[in-house]
Amino acid sequence: MMKSEDINIILATDCGSTTTKAILIKKINDEYRLIVRGEAPTTVEAPFEDVTMGVLNAVSEVSELSGWKLINENGELIRPTRDSAGCDIYISTSSAGGGLQMMVAGVVRTMTAESAERAALGAGAIVMDVIASNDKRLPHEQIERIRQLRPDMILLSGGVDGGTTTHVAELAELIRAANPRPRLGIAYKLPVIYAGNKDAREEISKVLSDKVDLFVVDNIRPVLELENLGPAREKIHDLFMEHVMAQAPGYKKLMSWTDAPIMPTPGAVGLIMKMVADLEGIEIVGVDIGGATTDVFSVFKGIFNRTVSANLGMSYSISNVFTEAGLENIMRWVPFDIDSRELRNRIKNKMIRPTTIPQTLEELIIEQAIAREAIRLAFIQHKAFATTLKGVQRVKTVAEAFEQEATLTLVNMLSLNMIIGSGGILSHAPRRNQAAMMLLDAFQPEGITRLAVDSIFMMPQLGVLSTIHPKAAKEVFDKDCLIHLGTSIVPVGLEKEGKEILKYTINFEDGRSEKGILKFGEMRVYELGVGNKATVTLEPARGFDIGQGKGKKIENEKVYGGVVGIIFDGRGRPLKLPEDKGLRISKLKEWFRIMNLYPESSLL
Amino acid sequence: MAHVYTPGLKVSEISIIHKRRILPLKGEVLVKVGDTVGPDDVVARTFLPGRVEIYNAAGILGVAPKELPDFMLKHVGDWVESGETFAESKGFFGLIKTQVKAKFRSRIESISELTGQVILRGEPIPVEIRAYVKGRVVEIIPEEGVVVETVGAFVQGIFGVGGERNGKLSIAVSTPNEPLDEHRINESHKGMIVVGGSYVTASCIKKAFAVGVKGIITGGLDDQDLRDFLGYDIGVAITGHEDIPTTIIVTEGFGNLPMATRTFELLKKYDGALVSINGATQIRAGVIRPEIIIPRENFTPEDLKKIKEKETGNPGLFVGAIVRVIRAPYFGRIARVTSLPPELQMLETESKTRVLEAEFLDDGTRAIIPRANVELFED
Repeated sequence: MMKSEDINIILATDCGSTTTKAILIKKINDEYRLIVRGEAPTTVEAPFEDVTMGVLNAVSEVSELSGWKLINENGELIRPTRDSAGCDIYISTSSAGGGLQMMVAGVVRTMTAESAERAALGAGAIVMDVIASNDKRLPHEQIERIRQLRPDMILLSGGVDGGTTTHVAELAELIRAANPRPRLGIAYKLPVIYAGNKDAREEISKVLSDKVDLFVVDNIRPVLELENLGPAREKIHDLFMEHVMAQAPGYKKLMSWTDAPIMPTPGAVGLIMKMVADLEGIEIVGVDIGGATTDVFSVFKGIFNRTVSANLGMSYSISNVFTEAGLENIMRWVPFDIDSRELRNRIKNKMIRPTTIPQTLEELIIEQAIAREAIRLAFIQHKAFATTLKGVQRVKTVAEAFEQEATLTLVNMLSLNMIIGSGGILSHAPRRNQAAMMLLDAFQPEGITRLAVDSIFMMPQLGVLSTIHPKAAKEVFDKDCLIHLGTSIVPVGLEKEGKEILKYTINFEDGRSEKGILKFGEMRVYELGVGNKATVTLEPARGFDIGQGKGKKIENEKVYGGVVGIIFDGRGRPLKLPEDKGLRISKLKEWFRIMNLYPESSLL
Repeated sequence: MAHVYTPGLKVSEISIIHKRRILPLKGEVLVKVGDTVGPDDVVARTFLPGRVEIYNAAGILGVAPKELPDFMLKHVGDWVESGETFAESKGFFGLIKTQVKAKFRSRIESISELTGQVILRGEPIPVEIRAYVKGRVVEIIPEEGVVVETVGAFVQGIFGVGGERNGKLSIAVSTPNEPLDEHRINESHKGMIVVGGSYVTASCIKKAFAVGVKGIITGGLDDQDLRDFLGYDIGVAITGHEDIPTTIIVTEGFGNLPMATRTFELLKKYDGALVSINGATQIRAGVIRPEIIIPRENFTPEDLKKIKEKETGNPGLFVGAIVRVIRAPYFGRIARVTSLPPELQMLETESKTRVLEAEFLDDGTRAIIPRANVELFED
């Protein structure tokens, strides 16, 4: 590959399960910028069964839209750039064909098994099941489960270095007895990564090496107090390329085209989020709400976490959102009545015809209500998973560590700086204000939080780009990736409707200033355009916290503008909607009007 | 974009249908190329590994794992009967022995000196694959299965529950607009695949289960009824494994929806014929739709020629195409495309999207509909 300073044109694709998205980045005046994006249906499945067809179709669209030739007469990518054609590097991510599906195993469910789960999720995998010695299933049930699953690979962990080897060896025996088969390709052995007690390596090898393709990496939990996920994650990525992708139709060809290893899409998203959080020293939560799954990413205290809510999504899994959230929770966001039988049928019809779009406002409002619940549920799962290491926080002895119950989540809404939303329902909301409101209702940010959407879900491509050209990745992320919605200011606490909860002053860059008093149950919006900043002074009422503690004032805090602006949300935290239906509907309409969510005609 | 896809369901009077019938593990193929098979004929067979039971033998006997082999009465590869002792402690002076007994007839697979565990595996579980459709074996995949070919009518539904079934087709309503209620089902429908019109009632499904109806094909179904008879909500559209006596195939969607006339008329034409149906539906990654296959014998070379012509490809949306609207506010209505404006248009939702103009076949009124919200009838 050429020197990074010589790279002028970058082509990147993300092969999703339904759509392949291509982006073209060019260096203009020493700065990398997104030029255009294109997309085409993914062609992994029959009748095409060659992922590169979809890639070339998406790249053709990029060519047509930009007028920059990228494919030669033989249907090959032109590289490097020459005569106003081609690209200098080409990279790709992939979640097509079901992405990376893994099973993980560990001795203690909340300790080594959870670390293994974190490693797999962080690498971008879908974790099909977590087998643990103490997961309350009988061995034959666990074996049956392993046999049914047909994962792409297994990550086996267990024990701290130097600790007992018996339990992890038992798990290995369980895997051996199940004799699991890989999902793709009959001819090859299932890859199993062993990342447990180093003293058990020889025994694990004895038990497993003739049945599976065994790889040994450093322990993910060498001591109780430390999680060492890097080596396992790297191995997962290597095996994803060598074993899983190599079995999928057309990937061998695609791999020969790329200048960096193809990464699982969510793994790449994790990389870019971590990079941005580290560079700017901020805490981030991101969500990608898709048709089948909702991924939540977070970086708190420098620790990256990712969860996948496999059955929370807006089309294939929409019916499951309805089941898990319940009719009442969905309808609480809807300012009109609908017969529950009718609603059930509508949701199921969306499930069986996932590509349809709302044509009426009523349908749009219902879909956005379901999205709030899908994100809310996915975020609950994320908070429960993104924790400090269990069993070590207040540890004095190992025995005490085992006694310890669930520990604190890393997710701290008051210290959170930014929420990034992506996925069709957020990115393609007809009004950006709708995306902002969905993020507010679903995540319920506290204190001062910036809101943004990744309008074309470019983060996967930028994530893999960050591994070979961090400067280009960061510049495009800053300038072209996010659409900034603005900043939400939310005092935490509860009060009676209409009581004063926050005094505020906003000083705009142009010298204007606004003063006001926010009352409980009220929302307010101030325009502050994209790229603009303002400073705010916030004085919460007694019992309300805006980030410094109850009743404590914040002075001259910088806030960032966006297409919506500065949003004061006085609805209280935790957010509770009025129980009385009439009152709830009237409050919803009031907030929707202030937020300018929908045409007035729909709120009459 | 290089391709525009319009989701469409096949409703075809004649098609060449190939069904891959594959074992979950390698095994034995029982038929050969050219054999004629019936839907219930077994075409391949194998054995799944038996159930595994793990015994913490060293723990039970109170000995160190390393010493376990000394206490084993049986060895790796030996069979043990249900209740038979396979490991035993020495006891005090040969008395009060602790024993480890097999829970079911099984074979010793491993004895671990590291963990002290003994793994026993039960007898292999036979698995048979049936032909599913009446037809001819056209390909053998050695040790894995076969491809069965049949020529016949082929109808895809939009959603189904329950697996592969076959039986005689029985049309129980006279028009596609009539709902299928319990009065239309009787003892004579036992073992049959019953076709209804717009809707199947909860009480009808209950009666079909009781009578032993093998399948129901209907235009619409109420999701609440589906939940009631399954006992749970279907959260993700992956179906086919439900434990229900009757496979149900919905051709149009959820709600009260008349079956498309073309589908209804086609099924009606084959009233009494042997059909194979499968409710399995998977909407994500590798779409599987429920299917109705009606093998035909009386087809002519012209019919086969027609198939070849049809297989030349999906024309996509075109002016004059007949489409079905698959989303509110016109859900379920059939229309003819009258124009395909290339520019994006703004909907009531303020979303800009590609649309089509269409004329509804029932009353001649016209409407603008997002292209994403129609499906083309494929024939």
